[in-house]
Amino acid sequence: MSDTAAHPREDDPKDSEEPTGGADDGAPGDSDDAPGAGAVSTGAESVVAALEAAGAETAFGVQGGAIMPVYDALYSSSIDHVTMAHEQGAAHAADAYGVVSGEPGLCLATSGPGATNLVTGIADADMDSDAMLALTGQVPTEFVGNDAFQETDTVGVTRPITKHNYFADGADTVGDVVGEAFELSRAGRPGPTLVDLPKDVTQDGTDRTPGPAAPPAGTDPDPNADADAVEAAARAIEDADRPLCLFGGGVIKAEASDAARTFARTYGIPVTTTMPGIGSFPEDDDLCLSWAGMHGTGYANMAITHTDCLIAVGTRFDDRLTGGIDTFAPEAEVVHVDIDPAEISKNVYADHPLIGDAKRVLDQLTAAIRDEPAAEAWRDQCAEWKETYPLTYTTPDDEPLKPQFVVEAFDEATDDDTIVTTGVGQHQMWASQFWTYTEPRTWVSSHGLGTMGYGVPAAVGARVAANNMGETDRDVVCFDGDGSFLMTMQELSVAVREDLDVTIAVLNNEYIGMVRQWQDAFYEGRHMASDYTWMPEFDKLAEAFGALGLRVDDYDEVAPAVEEALDYDGPAVIDFHVDPEENVLPMVPSGGANGKFATAEDQL
Amino acid sequence: MSGDSAAPEADPRPAPSEQPAPDERTHPEGRRNLEGIRIDPVVEAEHDSRRAVISALVEDEPGVLARVSGLVSRRQFNIESLTVGPTTVDGHSRITMVVEETDPGIDQIEKQMAKLKPVISVGEVSGDAVTAELVLLKVEADDPAAVHAVTEMYDGRTLDAGPRTITVQLTGGESRIDDALDAFRQFGILEIARTGQTALARGDTPTAPGEKPGTAGEPTTHDD
Repeated sequence: MSDTAAHPREDDPKDSEEPTGGADDGAPGDSDDAPGAGAVSTGAESVVAALEAAGAETAFGVQGGAIMPVYDALYSSSIDHVTMAHEQGAAHAADAYGVVSGEPGLCLATSGPGATNLVTGIADADMDSDAMLALTGQVPTEFVGNDAFQETDTVGVTRPITKHNYFADGADTVGDVVGEAFELSRAGRPGPTLVDLPKDVTQDGTDRTPGPAAPPAGTDPDPNADADAVEAAARAIEDADRPLCLFGGGVIKAEASDAARTFARTYGIPVTTTMPGIGSFPEDDDLCLSWAGMHGTGYANMAITHTDCLIAVGTRFDDRLTGGIDTFAPEAEVVHVDIDPAEISKNVYADHPLIGDAKRVLDQLTAAIRDEPAAEAWRDQCAEWKETYPLTYTTPDDEPLKPQFVVEAFDEATDDDTIVTTGVGQHQMWASQFWTYTEPRTWVSSHGLGTMGYGVPAAVGARVAANNMGETDRDVVCFDGDGSFLMTMQELSVAVREDLDVTIAVLNNEYIGMVRQWQDAFYEGRHMASDYTWMPEFDKLAEAFGALGLRVDDYDEVAPAVEEALDYDGPAVIDFHVDPEENVLPMVPSGGANGKFATAEDQL
Repeated sequence: MSGDSAAPEADPRPAPSEQPAPDERTHPEGRRNLEGIRIDPVVEAEHDSRRAVISALVEDEPGVLARVSGLVSRRQFNIESLTVGPTTVDGHSRITMVVEETDPGIDQIEKQMAKLKPVISVGEVSGDAVTAELVLLKVEADDPAAVHAVTEMYDGRTLDAGPRTITVQLTGGESRIDDALDAFRQFGILEIARTGQTALARGDTPTAPGEKPGTAGEPTTHDD
């Protein structure tokens, strides 16, 4: 395939030189000097040396022509590689790996279709501000622009969905570029980065060991908010009668969950979260109102509608959270804490913008507030709303198994540190509503992009991350819909091959259920292209893959099946045939007022 | 298929359908406008859009123009013109954009541009900035003397005079260019090419925030 053939694999290039960042002991970064990239002889080896020096432990990817030199260099690397069935799965697995581990995920693909197949996963990471590095092969530099075999303008395609992307232009610099891209992905507001690697760049010889990696200048912002702004915000919070915290995904990304808990509890301020913020504050705490927004709890939406001081941390005020902007927290002075200045007053005007790291700014606020706001009546009001609008569902004898019951059964059977992944749709909403999340990095889902099919590859990535962290006893449960499962269930082959202990619960209603729900509510029940008149038997499909496959139709089968699947040492799939007519409630119609959430279909 | 086994005990708490309906709840009076600002619903103030000149100092690297133009189109910013050219610092370019946006919109453009890695600094150029545009226009040459007179009047230059067409170069601020084009219209304008406005801040004020003069060969540096 090439004339600059890669080095014989026996030739471990790292033998002769300085510490390599842990070739065998799995302890990257324990070198004497700053990042211990070992000696290299090709661009590809430089790429891998940079990844090792950055602390990357696992890569998810799919082989292919233009990326082969990098894979060849991985052959003798300390970095584990998980071969996925499809590049989209590689991107989602890397994304979920990052969510669970707190380290940037890493995915690889070849040029052309390999790169374009990554696109959905990169866009997903971009929307959810997840740190991830994608490395894509590219045709040799001299062919670029000639429409060569498997050529795509990957940098052009991924420009709007990456934090930044790079076209590697030489073997001498490629390692530094990869190191910078890795660090940039987690600097400031995290997000995906990509390096496009022409095959000549990775094949060419170089002895240039990558230097210490750092994000580009100006991309690692000051973590502290302006002191005067903090004081002003503190006064506003002290003076509030109806203060409310809104903790977003940024709280979790900044490792600020403890600071958030301290802040809210110290001053007795009720808490609601966004969906990506699930787990930042324990949902079983009296102060917690769970998450707000389109399918959030009624009490969270009542509180966010009536608050007079909203302390929003690490959220970008997505439309699924705010509903119509005109009716969003319409009487609230807004304190907005975010690391990204561009999020301040983008969708909701910030009366008190606090630009900085969530953890640092929450600590600043906790220190600056002198008097607890007089919010006892407000706390009572919030508690009353919790009584008035509980998340409930009914289980009539003459209706099929309810999906919410399945979620609750899993929650009951597992520990608090269990990681939940999901696809997108009704099952995702039930998984977020009827499971009580108490810890950060236990809820792994596709929020901003809403990517059906995220669940199974995310479970793979989450399992690998937990295993890498030595937490092999933690359960990983994927709630999937039948539609979502069909999109990426080929990644089950990876779970079987890699012997990954994951449990996949398909809430099978033989519909694209959320679309069906909208069709019933807004399209006069015309079920165009949402009604699956035939579905594979997922339990048998699972068995064909080599996983444990179970099928459940009735309430009394749920607990035993859940137990069997969780006990099974390896991937298990339970095909739960649930009520196809069940709807996700409460619901704020798109663009509607959060306080006017519907609790019954006829209110939509 | 279902109902073979007994359903679990009923939840004692109110079912969704038993909970107060939307019109049975209290709702606040307040409102926000489209920009997310709390407003008095009686006297709702909308921001008017205005013309602004934004100057950005950027690394002169492949794709930087695509990043900026992609950002503008993706986020639906209204842009009138965009020019790019070198600066006194080797490896830096200046991008000058004329936009028509509300104040929050202008703020967003600046903040989103600042997030692009090759953007070193960006800001709005103050209202009294020196702005100019270069225009080439080709008119019919039926009356060369009259074309020449108008060209003189607007301090233009004749770049090419043929038997059937005359090509003229004009420079100046927006209103001057508009006036000149009105005057040339009588001859029949055949083709026109405009660079769009470019701008420098007046006096000692740096055009892009923090900008400092450089000399050729100076290494590229970030200012923050």
